[in-house]
Amino acid sequence: MSAAASLPDETGAAAAEAPLLSVRDLTLHIPVPPHVLRAVDGVSFDLRRGETLGLVGESGSGKTLTALMLMRLLEPPLAALPRGEVRLDGADLMTLDEKRMSALRGRTISMVFQEPMTSLNPVMTVGRQIAEPLVRHLGLSSREAAARAEEMLRLVHIPDPARVARAYPHLLSGGMRQRAMIAIALACRPAVLVADEPTTALDVTVQAQILELLAELQREMGSAILLITHDLAVIAETAHRVAVMYAGRIVEEAPVAALFAAPRHPYTRGLLASIPKIERVPAPTLPEIPGMVPGAGDRPRGCAFMPRCARAVSGCAAEPPPLAETDRGHRVACWNPAHG
Amino acid sequence: MADPLLKVSGLEVHFPIRSPFLRQRVGTVRAVDGVDLEVGRGETLALVGESGCGKTTTGKAILRLIDPTGGSIRFGGEEIAQHGASRLAPFRRRMQIVFQDPYASLNPRMTVGGILAAPYEIHRIGTPADRPARVAELLRTVGLPSEAARRYPHEFSGGQRQRIGIARALALEPELIIGDEPVSALDVSIQAQVINLMKRLQAERGLAYIMISHNLAVVSHVADRVAVMYLGRVVETAPRETLFFDARHPYTQALLSAVPEPVPGRRRARQVLQGDVPSPAKPPKGCHFHPRCPIAQPRCAEEVPLPRVVAPGHAVACHLAAP
Repeated sequence: MSAAASLPDETGAAAAEAPLLSVRDLTLHIPVPPHVLRAVDGVSFDLRRGETLGLVGESGSGKTLTALMLMRLLEPPLAALPRGEVRLDGADLMTLDEKRMSALRGRTISMVFQEPMTSLNPVMTVGRQIAEPLVRHLGLSSREAAARAEEMLRLVHIPDPARVARAYPHLLSGGMRQRAMIAIALACRPAVLVADEPTTALDVTVQAQILELLAELQREMGSAILLITHDLAVIAETAHRVAVMYAGRIVEEAPVAALFAAPRHPYTRGLLASIPKIERVPAPTLPEIPGMVPGAGDRPRGCAFMPRCARAVSGCAAEPPPLAETDRGHRVACWNPAHG
Repeated sequence: MADPLLKVSGLEVHFPIRSPFLRQRVGTVRAVDGVDLEVGRGETLALVGESGCGKTTTGKAILRLIDPTGGSIRFGGEEIAQHGASRLAPFRRRMQIVFQDPYASLNPRMTVGGILAAPYEIHRIGTPADRPARVAELLRTVGLPSEAARRYPHEFSGGQRQRIGIARALALEPELIIGDEPVSALDVSIQAQVINLMKRLQAERGLAYIMISHNLAVVSHVADRVAVMYLGRVVETAPRETLFFDARHPYTQALLSAVPEPVPGRRRARQVLQGDVPSPAKPPKGCHFHPRCPIAQPRCAEEVPLPRVVAPGHAVACHLAAP
């Protein structure tokens, strides 16, 4: 089945509905005297029911920290630093006490991590790790939970689920571990799934299996997915909308077709141009973005992309551009955006 | 190929599996199981495949960083598979490697100048007095300022560190550089810079490359020819365009169909492979790919398919591939 066929109509019912998850001005400034690292700098986005929003960016863009903040998974001393608002089903996750937050985490919002080996518990069987949230959040008996765990393993297409449920994670291959982690994350049928580079550690044929699986489970459960990745090709195939991050900010956000067909931010354009594509006659050189991403401690006062930008104008150095809507659903943070 | 720079035939790297108690040999991992490859002067051969297919082990065996357990490696016409350390020394200058992880492959306690001067010291080339000039020239070649020599690896970004790794590989003016996933750890905007640099250096110096990579889109930009490995064996070898647009082996076809395309709504008909790659300690009988192959026949479980030439430069190891 093709990915295109599974994309809901962007202008249809989903868009009209109120957002399920609403993030406003999410910020993480880390004081490291004499500097302040602006790791995440005022990130806002909405996620609707049944929708996949791709959050894309390079190393250090703040995409993983954004995810950890909205899951409230930052460890002290960072845990006290996030600012902003994360509304899920009416509650503001940023102000919930830890007890109420843990009642939501794994039940209403859950997360799949990049490295399945380090995020599974090595001394607990796979079956018990899936059963744990079912007992804890849904009050199932341990026998009911064990049966549901096997069902979940079947749902994520693990062969011989009864045997795998009794196995420890180290016995599974990378792809199987990632399936098991998805089974844990989806056990309570959460409304929101945050997937942080869920296929980056996997081979390309296994990646294809996992992306297919996520799309299938989304259709079945109606969960909204925040898909965090550095890989624009993965976004092109799986997401409905995309937000591009650079140096702690969202620089462009649009429906996936619009972003790829008519990117407006010079960084998005550079990023798209620099991806190698399989072509009969490849260009002799790949388009580059000159220079490199500035560190979180030495970002320019104005637009953080300015030092690498070919479209920079005099105003760019003064003030960071706001994320402003240019077309319906297409927002760009640039003082001199390109025209489609 | 007439007079290739490198000709590898029947290369085998088998590792013993020993029992933890009596150290008895209880099995064998056939990491590389009869690989044939050729690389011409100034050309790029890409070696592609998924984790565990043996592509990195093949590269290390060619460089003699791992001892092959069988087969032949001819470099510049001379057989080197069995050479000892002293007879290998001149060949070590002629073949170099660039590693995947630019964070782990540079000594953090040496300055960049020290790292780049080391090859000259080890091979006793030039005098200590002329080394700073040689180092400055290497840095210029890879697009770094000469002041970089006084700094330490941690002061550089991933892309800059990979440039340092490339400069080190260039120091002894090798004829062949093996790049083991040289851009895999880099962000896409930086990846393009390093790919372009490697292509420019090849054009200027007539270098031959073996590019080991799992990223088929990157490979399609750098390779002249491509060899696809699966579980220790080469299943298909072809010129770049043929491999990407007229692949004959069912594994190559599945691998290509799994590559996500950066164009929304325009995905190839995908052939999702079932199951995982089997362990190289217990490879399937016959064709290694047969348990996952969508077109396998009973014969495939019994007989090992030998590479068959289907067109000039295009060989396929499959009983059923269309000629």
